[in-house]
Amino acid sequence: MSPDLTGLVTAARAGDRSAFDELVKATYTDMYTLAYRLTGNEEDARDVVQDAYLRAYRGLKRFRGDARFTTWMYRITANCASTALAKRSRTRHDELDEEFDLVDVNPDHDPQRQAELAFERDGIARALQELPPKLRAVIVLRDVYDLPHESIAVELGITEAAAKVRLHRARRKLRERLFPQRSDGSLIEGDDAHAV
Amino acid sequence: MQSDQRDHQRRPTRRLTCEEVAAALPAIVDGTERADRRIQHHVTTCLRCQAELVHYRKLLRALRQLRTEYLEPAPGVLSGILANLEEAGERGAIRSLLSGKRAAYIGGVAVAATAAGAAGTLVLVSRASNKRKGMRLAG
Repeated sequence: MSPDLTGLVTAARAGDRSAFDELVKATYTDMYTLAYRLTGNEEDARDVVQDAYLRAYRGLKRFRGDARFTTWMYRITANCASTALAKRSRTRHDELDEEFDLVDVNPDHDPQRQAELAFERDGIARALQELPPKLRAVIVLRDVYDLPHESIAVELGITEAAAKVRLHRARRKLRERLFPQRSDGSLIEGDDAHAV
Repeated sequence: MQSDQRDHQRRPTRRLTCEEVAAALPAIVDGTERADRRIQHHVTTCLRCQAELVHYRKLLRALRQLRTEYLEPAPGVLSGILANLEEAGERGAIRSLLSGKRAAYIGGVAVAATAAGAAGTLVLVSRASNKRKGMRLAG
Protein backbone atom coordinates (compact mmCIF):
# COMPACT_ATOMS: atom_id res chain seq x y z
CA MET A 1 0.00 0.00 0.00
CA SER A 2 2.72 2.47 0.92
CA PRO A 3 5.38 2.82 -1.76
CA ASP A 4 8.74 4.34 -0.92
CA LEU A 5 7.83 7.82 0.22
CA THR A 6 11.34 9.00 1.09
CA GLY A 7 11.67 11.34 -1.90
CA LEU A 8 8.30 12.93 -1.23
CA VAL A 9 9.10 13.34 2.46
CA THR A 10 12.42 15.05 1.64
CA ALA A 11 10.75 17.40 -0.84
CA ALA A 12 7.91 18.17 1.56
CA ARG A 13 10.36 18.93 4.36
CA ALA A 14 12.11 21.36 2.03
CA GLY A 15 8.81 23.24 1.72
CA ASP A 16 7.29 21.62 -1.39
CA ARG A 17 3.54 21.73 -0.70
CA SER A 18 2.64 19.61 -3.70
CA ALA A 19 4.96 16.86 -2.39
CA PHE A 20 3.05 16.88 0.88
CA ASP A 21 -0.23 16.64 -1.04
CA GLU A 22 1.18 13.56 -2.79
CA LEU A 23 2.06 12.07 0.61
CA VAL A 24 -1.53 12.63 1.69
CA LYS A 25 -2.87 10.94 -1.44
CA ALA A 26 -0.58 7.95 -0.92
CA THR A 27 -1.46 7.39 2.74
CA TYR A 28 -4.89 8.83 3.55
CA THR A 29 -6.83 5.58 3.04
CA ASP A 30 -4.53 3.85 5.50
CA MET A 31 -4.89 6.68 8.05
CA TYR A 32 -8.64 6.87 7.57
CA THR A 33 -8.88 3.12 8.22
CA LEU A 34 -6.91 3.48 11.44
CA ALA A 35 -8.98 6.51 12.49
CA TYR A 36 -12.19 4.57 11.82
CA ARG A 37 -10.99 1.54 13.76
CA LEU A 38 -10.11 3.79 16.71
CA THR A 39 -13.19 6.00 16.76
CA GLY A 40 -15.76 3.59 15.40
CA ASN A 41 -17.62 6.06 13.18
CA GLU A 42 -17.14 7.86 9.88
CA GLU A 43 -17.71 11.39 11.08
CA ASP A 44 -15.09 11.20 13.81
CA ALA A 45 -12.69 9.34 11.51
CA ARG A 46 -12.95 12.13 8.95
CA ASP A 47 -12.23 14.83 11.57
CA VAL A 48 -9.37 12.83 13.06
CA VAL A 49 -7.67 12.25 9.74
CA GLN A 50 -7.96 15.94 8.75
CA ASP A 51 -6.54 17.01 12.08
CA ALA A 52 -3.75 14.43 11.81
CA TYR A 53 -2.53 15.68 8.43
CA LEU A 54 -2.69 19.28 9.58
CA ARG A 55 -0.53 18.42 12.59
CA ALA A 56 1.84 16.45 10.40
CA TYR A 57 2.15 19.36 7.97
CA ARG A 58 2.96 21.78 10.76
CA GLY A 59 5.36 19.36 12.43
CA LEU A 60 7.06 17.98 9.34
CA LYS A 61 10.35 19.67 10.22
CA ARG A 62 10.38 17.63 13.43
CA PHE A 63 10.06 14.33 11.54
CA ARG A 64 13.59 12.98 11.65
CA GLY A 65 13.07 10.27 9.09
CA ASP A 66 14.41 7.48 11.30
CA ALA A 67 10.93 5.91 11.28
CA ARG A 68 8.74 5.33 8.25
CA PHE A 69 6.44 8.21 7.35
CA THR A 70 3.40 5.92 7.75
CA THR A 71 4.49 4.87 11.25
CA TRP A 72 4.92 8.52 12.18
CA MET A 73 1.45 9.23 10.79
CA TYR A 74 -0.03 6.29 12.75
CA ARG A 75 1.25 7.88 15.93
CA ILE A 76 -0.18 11.31 15.06
CA THR A 77 -3.50 9.76 14.02
CA ALA A 78 -3.63 7.77 17.26
CA ASN A 79 -2.97 10.92 19.23
CA CYS A 80 -5.69 12.86 17.39
CA ALA A 81 -8.13 9.98 17.86
CA SER A 82 -7.34 9.87 21.56
CA THR A 83 -8.11 13.60 21.84
CA ALA A 84 -11.32 13.15 19.83
CA LEU A 85 -12.44 10.24 22.01
CA ALA A 86 -11.73 12.21 25.18
CA LYS A 87 -13.83 15.09 23.84
CA ARG A 88 -16.57 12.70 22.80
CA SER A 89 -16.62 11.00 26.17
CA ARG A 90 -17.16 14.38 27.81
CA THR A 91 -20.06 15.21 25.52
CA ARG A 92 -21.64 11.83 24.76
CA HIS A 93 -20.81 9.94 27.98
CA ASP A 94 -19.12 6.99 26.30
CA GLU A 95 -18.11 4.14 28.49
CA LEU A 96 -14.62 4.68 29.91
CA ASP A 97 -13.57 1.19 30.84
CA GLU A 98 -10.21 1.16 32.62
CA GLU A 99 -9.79 -1.28 33.34
CA PHE A 100 6.62 -26.59 21.54
CA ASP A 101 7.15 -23.32 20.30
CA LEU A 102 4.20 -21.46 21.46
CA VAL A 103 4.93 -18.40 19.34
CA ASP A 104 2.73 -18.28 16.29
CA VAL A 105 5.15 -17.94 13.40
CA ASN A 106 3.07 -19.72 10.83
CA PRO A 107 1.57 -17.44 8.19
CA ASP A 108 -0.85 -19.74 6.41
CA HIS A 109 -0.96 -20.14 2.64
CA ASP A 110 -3.71 -22.74 2.63
CA PRO A 111 -6.78 -21.40 0.70
CA GLN A 112 -9.22 -23.04 3.09
CA ARG A 113 -7.37 -21.47 5.98
CA GLN A 114 -7.52 -18.10 4.20
CA ALA A 115 -11.31 -18.44 3.92
CA GLU A 116 -11.52 -19.20 7.62
CA LEU A 117 -9.36 -16.19 8.31
CA ALA A 118 -11.65 -13.95 6.26
CA PHE A 119 -14.57 -15.18 8.34
CA GLU A 120 -12.63 -14.59 11.54
CA ARG A 121 -11.60 -11.12 10.36
CA ASP A 122 -15.22 -10.07 9.87
CA GLY A 123 -16.09 -11.34 13.32
CA ILE A 124 -13.11 -9.58 14.83
CA ALA A 125 -13.81 -6.28 13.09
CA ARG A 126 -17.31 -6.36 14.59
CA ALA A 127 -16.07 -7.42 18.02
CA LEU A 128 -13.48 -4.63 18.00
CA GLN A 129 -16.20 -2.04 17.52
CA GLU A 130 -17.99 -3.40 20.58
CA LEU A 131 -14.97 -2.89 22.82
CA PRO A 132 -14.84 0.23 25.01
CA PRO A 133 -12.85 2.92 23.10
CA LYS A 134 -9.89 2.92 25.49
CA LEU A 135 -9.38 -0.83 25.20
CA ARG A 136 -10.00 -0.76 21.46
CA ALA A 137 -7.34 1.92 20.94
CA VAL A 138 -4.61 -0.15 22.59
CA ILE A 139 -5.37 -3.44 20.88
CA VAL A 140 -5.72 -1.80 17.45
CA LEU A 141 -2.41 0.05 17.79
CA ARG A 142 -0.54 -2.96 19.17
CA ASP A 143 -2.02 -6.01 17.46
CA VAL A 144 -3.13 -4.53 14.15
CA TYR A 145 -0.60 -1.74 13.57
CA ASP A 146 2.28 -3.23 15.55
CA LEU A 147 3.22 -0.05 17.41
CA PRO A 148 5.47 -0.62 20.44
CA HIS A 149 3.97 -0.30 23.93
CA GLU A 150 6.09 2.79 24.56
CA SER A 151 4.72 4.70 21.55
CA ILE A 152 1.16 3.66 22.36
CA ALA A 153 1.56 4.95 25.90
CA VAL A 154 2.95 8.29 24.69
CA GLU A 155 0.25 8.88 22.08
CA LEU A 156 -2.61 7.90 24.36
CA GLY A 157 -1.19 9.86 27.31
CA ILE A 158 -0.98 6.86 29.65
CA THR A 159 1.85 4.91 31.27
CA GLU A 160 3.40 1.91 29.56
CA ALA A 161 2.14 -0.29 32.39
CA ALA A 162 -1.40 0.99 31.87
CA ALA A 163 -1.10 0.32 28.14
CA LYS A 164 -0.11 -3.29 28.86
CA VAL A 165 -2.95 -3.78 31.31
CA ARG A 166 -5.46 -2.41 28.80
CA LEU A 167 -4.03 -4.64 26.09
CA HIS A 168 -4.40 -7.68 28.32
CA ARG A 169 -8.02 -6.79 29.11
CA ALA A 170 -8.83 -6.06 25.49
CA ARG A 171 -7.41 -9.37 24.29
CA ARG A 172 -9.26 -11.27 26.97
CA LYS A 173 -12.56 -9.54 26.16
CA LEU A 174 -12.13 -10.24 22.45
CA ARG A 175 -11.25 -13.85 23.11
CA GLU A 176 -14.30 -14.28 25.36
CA ARG A 177 -16.49 -12.60 22.76
CA LEU A 178 -15.24 -14.70 19.85
CA PHE A 179 -14.64 -18.05 21.55
CA PRO A 180 -17.16 -18.13 24.39
CA GLN A 181 -16.91 -21.87 25.10
CA ARG A 182 -13.83 -21.29 27.26
CA SER A 183 -15.83 -19.76 30.12
CA ASP A 184 -18.43 -22.53 30.54
CA GLY A 185 -15.87 -25.28 30.02
CA SER A 186 -18.53 -27.72 28.85
CA LEU A 187 -16.97 -28.32 25.46
CA ILE A 188 -13.52 -28.90 26.84
CA GLU A 189 -12.36 -32.26 27.91
CA GLY A 190 -9.56 -32.98 30.30
CA ASP A 191 -10.54 -30.60 33.10
CA ASP A 192 -8.76 -32.94 35.47
CA ALA A 193 -5.54 -31.61 34.06
CA HIS A 194 -6.23 -27.96 35.01
CA ALA A 195 -3.37 -27.78 37.44
CA VAL A 196 -0.50 -29.88 36.27
CA MET B 1 23.39 -21.91 51.89
CA GLN B 2 23.60 -25.60 51.01
CA SER B 3 20.60 -26.43 53.17
CA ASP B 4 18.64 -23.65 51.39
CA GLN B 5 19.41 -25.28 48.08
CA ARG B 6 18.41 -28.67 49.39
CA ASP B 7 15.11 -27.22 50.72
CA HIS B 8 14.45 -25.65 47.36
CA GLN B 9 15.11 -28.94 45.59
CA ARG B 10 12.89 -30.83 47.98
CA ARG B 11 10.03 -28.26 47.84
CA PRO B 12 7.50 -29.38 45.23
CA THR B 13 7.07 -26.87 42.40
CA ARG B 14 3.70 -25.17 42.73
CA ARG B 15 1.29 -26.20 40.01
CA LEU B 16 0.14 -23.50 37.65
CA THR B 17 -3.56 -22.95 37.32
CA CYS B 18 -5.27 -22.62 33.96
CA GLU B 19 -6.05 -18.98 34.81
CA GLU B 20 -2.36 -18.22 35.32
CA VAL B 21 -1.45 -19.91 32.06
CA ALA B 22 -4.30 -18.20 30.20
CA ALA B 23 -3.06 -14.82 31.43
CA ALA B 24 0.42 -15.52 30.06
CA LEU B 25 -0.62 -16.98 26.72
CA PRO B 26 -1.32 -13.83 24.61
CA ALA B 27 2.14 -12.35 25.27
CA ILE B 28 3.71 -15.73 24.50
CA VAL B 29 1.75 -16.07 21.27
CA ASP B 30 2.74 -12.57 20.08
CA GLY B 31 6.37 -13.34 20.89
CA THR B 32 6.96 -10.64 23.52
CA GLU B 33 7.43 -13.24 26.26
CA ARG B 34 8.82 -16.75 26.36
CA ALA B 35 6.99 -19.74 27.78
CA ASP B 36 8.94 -21.17 30.69
CA ARG B 37 9.10 -24.93 31.27
CA ARG B 38 6.19 -24.96 33.72
CA ILE B 39 3.89 -23.23 31.20
CA GLN B 40 5.04 -25.50 28.38
CA HIS B 41 4.46 -28.57 30.53
CA HIS B 42 1.01 -27.32 31.57
CA VAL B 43 -0.08 -26.59 28.01
CA THR B 44 1.11 -29.93 26.64
CA THR B 45 -0.94 -31.76 29.27
CA CYS B 46 -4.03 -29.54 29.49
CA LEU B 47 -6.63 -29.66 26.73
CA ARG B 48 -8.37 -26.59 28.05
CA CYS B 49 -5.21 -24.48 27.78
CA GLN B 50 -4.40 -25.98 24.39
CA ALA B 51 -7.78 -24.72 23.20
CA GLU B 52 -7.03 -21.36 24.78
CA LEU B 53 -3.72 -21.24 22.94
CA VAL B 54 -5.42 -21.98 19.63
CA HIS B 55 -7.98 -19.24 20.29
CA TYR B 56 -5.32 -16.64 21.00
CA ARG B 57 -3.37 -17.70 17.90
CA LYS B 58 -6.48 -17.29 15.78
CA LEU B 59 -7.31 -13.99 17.41
CA LEU B 60 -3.87 -12.42 16.97
CA ARG B 61 -3.52 -13.75 13.43
CA ALA B 62 -6.88 -12.31 12.43
CA LEU B 63 -6.00 -8.97 14.04
CA ARG B 64 -2.75 -8.86 12.07
CA GLN B 65 -4.74 -9.58 8.90
CA LEU B 66 -6.83 -6.46 9.52
CA ARG B 67 -3.67 -4.43 8.89
CA THR B 68 -3.91 -5.15 5.16
CA GLU B 69 -7.61 -4.48 4.93
CA TYR B 70 -8.45 -0.90 4.03
CA LEU B 71 -11.77 0.85 4.43
CA GLU B 72 -12.95 3.04 1.60
CA PRO B 73 -13.13 6.62 2.89
CA ALA B 74 -16.36 8.49 2.21
CA PRO B 75 -16.22 10.83 -0.80
CA GLY B 76 -14.87 14.22 0.15
CA VAL B 77 -12.37 13.02 2.75
CA LEU B 78 -9.33 13.62 0.53
CA SER B 79 -10.58 16.97 -0.77
CA GLY B 80 -11.36 18.00 2.82
CA ILE B 81 -7.81 17.19 3.94
CA LEU B 82 -6.25 19.02 1.00
CA ALA B 83 -8.51 22.07 1.46
CA ASN B 84 -7.55 22.18 5.15
CA LEU B 85 -3.87 22.07 4.24
CA GLU B 86 -4.33 24.75 1.60
CA GLU B 87 -5.97 27.01 4.15
CA ALA B 88 -3.26 26.32 6.72
CA GLY B 89 -0.61 27.05 4.08
CA GLU B 90 -2.22 30.38 3.20
CA ARG B 91 -2.55 31.34 6.85
CA GLY B 92 1.11 30.47 7.37
CA ALA B 93 2.15 32.55 4.36
CA ILE B 94 0.13 35.55 5.57
CA ARG B 95 1.61 35.15 9.05
CA SER B 96 5.14 35.03 7.72
CA LEU B 97 4.46 38.00 5.45
CA LEU B 98 3.11 39.98 8.39
CA SER B 99 5.98 38.97 10.63
CA GLY B 100 8.40 39.93 7.83
CA LYS B 101 6.77 43.35 7.52
CA ARG B 102 6.83 43.76 11.26
CA ALA B 103 10.52 42.88 11.32
CA ALA B 104 11.21 45.36 8.53
CA TYR B 105 9.28 48.07 10.39
CA ILE B 106 11.12 47.39 13.66
CA GLY B 107 14.42 47.32 11.75
CA GLY B 108 13.59 50.65 10.08
CA VAL B 109 12.74 52.24 13.42
CA ALA B 110 15.98 50.91 14.91
CA VAL B 111 18.05 52.25 11.99
CA ALA B 112 16.32 55.64 12.19
CA ALA B 113 16.91 55.80 15.96
CA THR B 114 20.58 54.91 15.53
CA ALA B 115 20.99 57.50 12.79
CA ALA B 116 19.29 60.16 14.92
CA GLY B 117 21.54 59.28 17.87
CA ALA B 118 24.64 59.46 15.71
CA ALA B 119 23.57 62.82 14.24
CA GLY B 120 22.86 64.18 17.74
CA THR B 121 26.28 63.08 18.93
CA LEU B 122 27.95 64.75 15.93
CA VAL B 123 26.11 68.01 16.63
CA LEU B 124 27.15 67.94 20.29
CA VAL B 125 30.76 67.13 19.43
CA SER B 126 30.97 69.91 16.81
CA ARG B 127 29.37 72.41 19.23
CA ALA B 128 31.87 71.51 21.95
CA SER B 129 34.79 71.85 19.54
CA ASN B 130 33.50 75.27 18.32
CA LYS B 131 33.23 76.39 21.92
CA ARG B 132 36.86 75.40 22.63
CA LYS B 133 38.05 77.18 19.48
CA GLY B 134 36.14 80.33 20.54
CA MET B 135 37.72 80.23 23.99
CA ARG B 136 41.20 79.80 22.51
CA LEU B 137 40.69 82.79 20.17
CA ALA B 138 39.38 84.91 23.03
CA GLY B 139 42.37 83.95 25.17
